[in-house]
Amino acid sequence: MQKYHLSHLSQLENEAVFIMREVASQFEKPVLLFSGGKDSIVMVRLAQKAFWPAKIPFPLMHIDTGHNFEETIEFRDNLVKELGVELIVASVQESIDEGKAVEEKGANPSRNKLQIVTLLDGIEKHKFDAAFGGGRRDEEKARAKERFFSHRDEFGQWDPKNQRPELWNLFNGKKHMGEHFRVFPLSNWTEMDVWQYIAAENIPIPHIYYTHEREVVKRDGVYLANSPFISLLEGEKIEKKQIRFRTIGDMTCTGAVVSDASKIEDIIMEVSAARETERGTRTDDKRSEAAMEDRKKEGYF
Amino acid sequence: MNTIEKEFSTEEYLNMDLLRFTTAGSVDDGKSTLIGRLLHDSKSIFEDQMDAVELASKNMGDHQVNLALLTDGLRAEREQGITIDVAYRYFATPKRKFIIADTPGHIQYTRNMVTGASTANLAIILVDARHGVVEQTCRHAFIASLLQIKHLVICINKMDLVDFSEEVFTKIKGQFDDFSSKLEIQDIQYIPISALKGDNVVDKSENTPWFDGSTLLYTLENVHIASDYNFVDCRFPVQRVIRPQSEKYHDFRGYAGKIEGGVFKPGDEVLALPSGFTTKIKSIETMNGPIGEAFPPENIVMTLEDEIDISRGDMIAKPNNQPKSGQDIELMICWLNEKKIIPGGKYGIRHTTKDARCIVKDIRYKVDINTLHKIEDDLSLGLNEIGRIHVRTTQPFFYDSYKKNRGTGSVILVDENTNETVGAGMII
Repeated sequence: MQKYHLSHLSQLENEAVFIMREVASQFEKPVLLFSGGKDSIVMVRLAQKAFWPAKIPFPLMHIDTGHNFEETIEFRDNLVKELGVELIVASVQESIDEGKAVEEKGANPSRNKLQIVTLLDGIEKHKFDAAFGGGRRDEEKARAKERFFSHRDEFGQWDPKNQRPELWNLFNGKKHMGEHFRVFPLSNWTEMDVWQYIAAENIPIPHIYYTHEREVVKRDGVYLANSPFISLLEGEKIEKKQIRFRTIGDMTCTGAVVSDASKIEDIIMEVSAARETERGTRTDDKRSEAAMEDRKKEGYF
Repeated sequence: MNTIEKEFSTEEYLNMDLLRFTTAGSVDDGKSTLIGRLLHDSKSIFEDQMDAVELASKNMGDHQVNLALLTDGLRAEREQGITIDVAYRYFATPKRKFIIADTPGHIQYTRNMVTGASTANLAIILVDARHGVVEQTCRHAFIASLLQIKHLVICINKMDLVDFSEEVFTKIKGQFDDFSSKLEIQDIQYIPISALKGDNVVDKSENTPWFDGSTLLYTLENVHIASDYNFVDCRFPVQRVIRPQSEKYHDFRGYAGKIEGGVFKPGDEVLALPSGFTTKIKSIETMNGPIGEAFPPENIVMTLEDEIDISRGDMIAKPNNQPKSGQDIELMICWLNEKKIIPGGKYGIRHTTKDARCIVKDIRYKVDINTLHKIEDDLSLGLNEIGRIHVRTTQPFFYDSYKKNRGTGSVILVDENTNETVGAGMII
């Protein structure tokens, strides 16, 4: 082993820490978008490292669809208490009540797209000028084109065809009034990197990532958790299955996989043998070929 | 074709190396096929991605599965069948993790390749065995050399279409050798491949018994990159001052940043610029505890023995090994914007963690990137063009030549009206 050598995971960690410090220095009011999922949990750990021994110098914001796994909320609240940082909850239900967002019609309504309104409102209301997201380029093909520092215009829109070139580690966060940036410190991480980092750093994650028995319903080939927010379609039935979640999002569109993985090592084995991407269990991405790109253009995460 | 075994224990995974590379080639030289092959044979393509690509290929009326659709993620790219922007792709073998910056072969070529190359350790250039070295090959090699990519792999592709002829291979190698003698690339390797059939990509081909070199994957896994960083000249641009102002860390004052060069240790005598004060390193801190030394590309927090005035944008170096300093800087610049550079114009300029302004004092010459000749009679510098300029900055910079250090030798120019990044500069 070479004396001055950093492993790839350590290089990724260093890259993310650099980005976070750069954002805290270039912007006036950054915020970290926290979903309670593994990627945002890893981001929080990286933010701790970036500013240690000082506290994380920005708040966390959770875009709450109201369709939450209880375990995630509990986990979120404990984490925030431990860190001593401010948590802002921006509620999709409130956006609906205020008439800014309209609940989808049809048999399988999702609040996924509605989050855009709440997210952009939250950013505007608190005058955030940079928002950290946990998006990774390996996740989805539109994300593969995303910059670390991703410009959003005054309407929160992303213009993928006209992005600023990003060279070396010189990040250009210059913007006009009312515009903001989305920043993706985990851009170069893969799903495997995230899991290996969680294992190596011994980072706690919500229990629903591990195997548990749950009532589920199979829809479009994906197991969805039974909840008050889901109504059965003709021919569907509730079953009990030993499952776990590969991603965590809105309950109505986050699919589970049948799994016995009870330890982080089991998850890693499972991920390394997986033949489907983690977003393969997300019904929100299955709506059309460019579903992610279209949502992102409007201001999605 | 064997696929690479992909079982990672955490211990192995934590020792994996990282190699960033860029791929270049002209249209239809099989670049997408090669990337598709590397991803496929390293089991990095998932079934749902493959299904989606198959479906999309069918919808577009392609008879074959079009692996380019794996990287062409945007709607406009799919509709027009072209790649617009750099796409990043990831794969891993038990030895290394790879980040591919896949740069499009036509539109915005230079701009995209410069972007992809700026962080790359290695560049792969594809040459069609039937056509040999063409104008584009030279252009790509020049950009790789300009961006100081240390390792170049010339893949002579479509060998199956020239009967795996050693003569063809040797001829093309000779052509490129002639051209590359004008460049400054230390390590150039040649590999005869067929991306489509898989020859010499992962497994050694039986069709090229005359070739005694390594396969592409073996080369990617083993190329020596550990010394690509500058471990000699100590450079620490201060990114942020950390002051917790908490009870436990009441008097803590640390300087956070990325080590851009050299090795720093507690006790080392250091010099802060621009103040010129010297002091000693008291400690090097991380959240995991203090460390005995720090080297590139580590991001650390440094505390100093004496309280001296240091803020973001300052540089910490050694008294006997200082960067250059000054306000007049000579750059090789690649122009990235439709709006041409304005002689005498003012731009924002970013160097390490420093943000300043500059005036374009002079455009010295433009480079014909196909012939490498200097053009001195037409000094307008537009999109995708490269030239040498002289800028004067509003405040002194502490810098090295790009050749000596990529981190302290690079700048970007920013349009002050549109805020766009318009130029990528390498300090001479």
